[in-house]
Amino acid sequence: MNGSRAAALTVAWRLASFRSRLEGLPAFPIVILGTLALLAIFADFIAPHDPQVGLLGERFRPPAWQAGGSTAHLLGTDHVGRDVLSRLIFGARISMTVGFTAVIFAGVVGTTLGILAGYLGGWVDQVIMRVTDAWLALPALTFAIFLAAIVGPSASNIVIIMALVYWTRYARVVRGEVLSLKERDYVRLAIVAGCSKRTIMKRHILPNVVNSSIVLATLMLGVVIVTEAALSFLGVGVPPPQPAWGLMLADGKKGLMAGYWWLTVLPGLCIMLMVLSANLLGDWLRVKLDPQLRQL
Amino acid sequence: MTPLLEARGVVKHFPVRGGLFGGPRKVVRAVEDVSFVIEPGATLGLVGESGCGKTTTAKLVLLLERPTAGEIRFDGESLATLDAEGLRRYRHSVQAVFQDPYASLNPRMRVDSIIAEPLVTNERLAAVELGERLRKVLDLVGLPARAAKLFPHEFSGGQRQRIAIARALTLSPRLIVLDEPVSALDVSIRAQILNLLRDLQRELGLAYLFIAHDLAAVAHMSHVIAVMYLGRVVETGAARIVATQPRHPYTKALFAAALPSHPDDSRDDVVLAGDVPSPLDPPSGCRFHTRCPQVMPRCSTDEPKLATVDGREVACHLYDSAEIARAAAPRG
Amino acid sequence: MSDTPLLDVRGLTTHYVSARGTRVTRAVEDVSFTLRDGETLGIVGESGSGKTTLALSLLRLLPPGARIIAGAIRFEGEDLLAKRESEMRHIRGKRIAMILQDPMASLNPLFTIGDQVGEPLRVHEGASRRGAWERARELLGAVRISAPNARVRNYPHELSGGMRQRIVGAIAISCGPRLLIADEPTTSLDVTIQAQYLSLLRELQRAQGLALIFITHNLGIVARMCDKVAVMYGGRIVESGPVRRIFGAPAHPYTRALIESIPKLGDSNGRLTAIEGQPPDPAALPEGCAFHPRCPVRLEKCATERPRDSVVGDEHRTACWLHG
Repeated sequence: MNGSRAAALTVAWRLASFRSRLEGLPAFPIVILGTLALLAIFADFIAPHDPQVGLLGERFRPPAWQAGGSTAHLLGTDHVGRDVLSRLIFGARISMTVGFTAVIFAGVVGTTLGILAGYLGGWVDQVIMRVTDAWLALPALTFAIFLAAIVGPSASNIVIIMALVYWTRYARVVRGEVLSLKERDYVRLAIVAGCSKRTIMKRHILPNVVNSSIVLATLMLGVVIVTEAALSFLGVGVPPPQPAWGLMLADGKKGLMAGYWWLTVLPGLCIMLMVLSANLLGDWLRVKLDPQLRQL
Repeated sequence: MTPLLEARGVVKHFPVRGGLFGGPRKVVRAVEDVSFVIEPGATLGLVGESGCGKTTTAKLVLLLERPTAGEIRFDGESLATLDAEGLRRYRHSVQAVFQDPYASLNPRMRVDSIIAEPLVTNERLAAVELGERLRKVLDLVGLPARAAKLFPHEFSGGQRQRIAIARALTLSPRLIVLDEPVSALDVSIRAQILNLLRDLQRELGLAYLFIAHDLAAVAHMSHVIAVMYLGRVVETGAARIVATQPRHPYTKALFAAALPSHPDDSRDDVVLAGDVPSPLDPPSGCRFHTRCPQVMPRCSTDEPKLATVDGREVACHLYDSAEIARAAAPRG
Repeated sequence: MSDTPLLDVRGLTTHYVSARGTRVTRAVEDVSFTLRDGETLGIVGESGSGKTTLALSLLRLLPPGARIIAGAIRFEGEDLLAKRESEMRHIRGKRIAMILQDPMASLNPLFTIGDQVGEPLRVHEGASRRGAWERARELLGAVRISAPNARVRNYPHELSGGMRQRIVGAIAISCGPRLLIADEPTTSLDVTIQAQYLSLLRELQRAQGLALIFITHNLGIVARMCDKVAVMYGGRIVESGPVRRIFGAPAHPYTRALIESIPKLGDSNGRLTAIEGQPPDPAALPEGCAFHPRCPVRLEKCATERPRDSVVGDEHRTACWLHG
């Protein structure tokens, strides 16, 4: 009896402390991203139609509220008669997975290399930064197409390609910050205290650059999704029958002139909402991660 | 008795890259032929203006930089030849407190992990023992135990400096390098910190390398003073002697420039003309000759060596004759 | 007593109000002092004592959020608080000049020294560019800059810190002001350069009959430079009077502790008299006398009642219950 009450109290306390940690969490991005995540996870149960199969007789149906629309296809159909709503729901799965994993992948690689280059300096710095410079000199899209042509189009390959193309952005920003951080007195004192380089990078450098990486990641999310769209458009991205937002946007472009606005506007809106939410969340995270800003 | 720390003819040059296409490489002569000794439990005060090499000297002692030439010995052992174990022991014995308490504490760590870092890095201690040591050093520097769980930004400048000192104390070091430890603090706090440092020295038998531009503070804290100008020691000796009867014209000017503590505190007005020359291109001969009020022709060509004058060492041609006379006297 | 003082400040009160209006910081509270022509007043205080806010209030250069709540500032008999912003612009730089702590931040890196020293003359006196440069050369000579003819063509980064601060001084005196407010002008300078600068300021003051307000945390500067001193703590002047009297017989425990806490050249042993505790947060000042939590000789009523200003000697006033 007593024990279970104590347990309940512990749980309540845990919840409360968890809540306080999430305090000030911005509602808008959480609602948007949460909804998108739920859609992505339960797409099979939510989507009214198969996203990959269309009826040619149902081509270019406008959304339900427009003349000629029907409740069978709430957001209309595309050029091969596939249900746009279902494609958007399944698209959330692909776009979120590709977007977030690519950004995180690139972030981890870029941040690590940036810290190594900035802190260790010398030849390590030379090698990493020369590679970064060469990388940045290549046009990102051309480079991505080149890679995609080598490894072939698939959703998982897209993630790897994006990470390979975009890690350099992180490396540049992070290295610059590390260069100023390593002149800080607390880093000098850590050396005096006998900390190894590894410890210093892990404990004194990383927590102080992670902010910039996160902010950069939220900005990169948009870039990655748009690149994914471009690759799909060129036929080297997510292979066609799959419903990625970028691909939908690219496909829909042809219909824009003919007045089939929903084919471009709706996936575009989804991309915008996701990127915007990610940016807002990143902003909140940046404040939350800084002990000094946290108090304000 | 061997001194705790001994620097012999230490030189530190920093190469500066030339123009876009290489160009002639220039060299910043930050420290030039500097020698000093720190005895166990005593304080050596280094005074000088910006660019005089005092901070570079601190970095050399802390092994944050390696000397270009010369040797630093700790407990009779040369730092240049330390093996991993020797280096670990040295790091154990020598700690530092820097000027800006806002920059010297990692803003993302809590006070307990900041203070415990040297301990955690160097010793394997049980959590209980660690907490014990933590409480002890916090108590030593006069901070409440609850300070441990807070972040640095929750403290004022003076309290942050106490945290920095507590951190330096955790390993029970034998030497602490104090680089301008009070100049960033409020006036009413400075005396607190200086008193604390003196108390700690007495209680724990610490030796200090005390670096500052504030002469009165250095004179107050030190047993021995070394005055530096553009990378060289121009005068050194017991604090009481140097502070009351300076001999080198630069030391005299520094003392005259030090602000009086009372309006009636009259002092010779030696106001130096001009600015401190760049250590990239120091003047020939005596480096002070461009600003010296008592400059002589030979000062711009011959570099004066440190020589004993009136119980301290001075590097100035003004005292050459006295030196010669003394050297000649026993013979004649 | 016939002449009106150059500057007469009465009951000046400046508060900062936070954006949401919930936090009020009483940065300057009921400050009064007078300054006659050619006099030097030192305003001493630690960070957060309100000394910089006081200086900014005098010129009405307060940042957004700060407000002068009460009081009067009379300069040459005119009420500065009643002036329009456009009239204040004619006073700033022309009749009241200011020197700030960081000379690099006070100079624009993109303009030559000649242009910057000449600027106030062109703004306030409508001088031509050529005329302004001519005057700039003279002014550089006046602040002891060698080869002024060449220096007017330099940019700020080509000069040393001490020279830059002298340039700032030249700008300040360019229009022949009556009052110069110097806010920690030597903090960023080296000891020997500081001595140069202070003796230069004193010369300029004598040559031009300037009144000088020296804002500093350094009692040594006050001892060397000032005729009168006002000690600030927690936004109020806790003691004011002639420098010799204050150094000789400080009346307020804070002043006494400050003077005793500085290490003196020559006596190396013995502990310094330290003031315990920390300076108060100006947004949360203690009740009663703001100094009471740190005061070694506090009385019971110090914690509840604010001490009145009382006269302890010729022009020597203090706000402390020991004398009230």
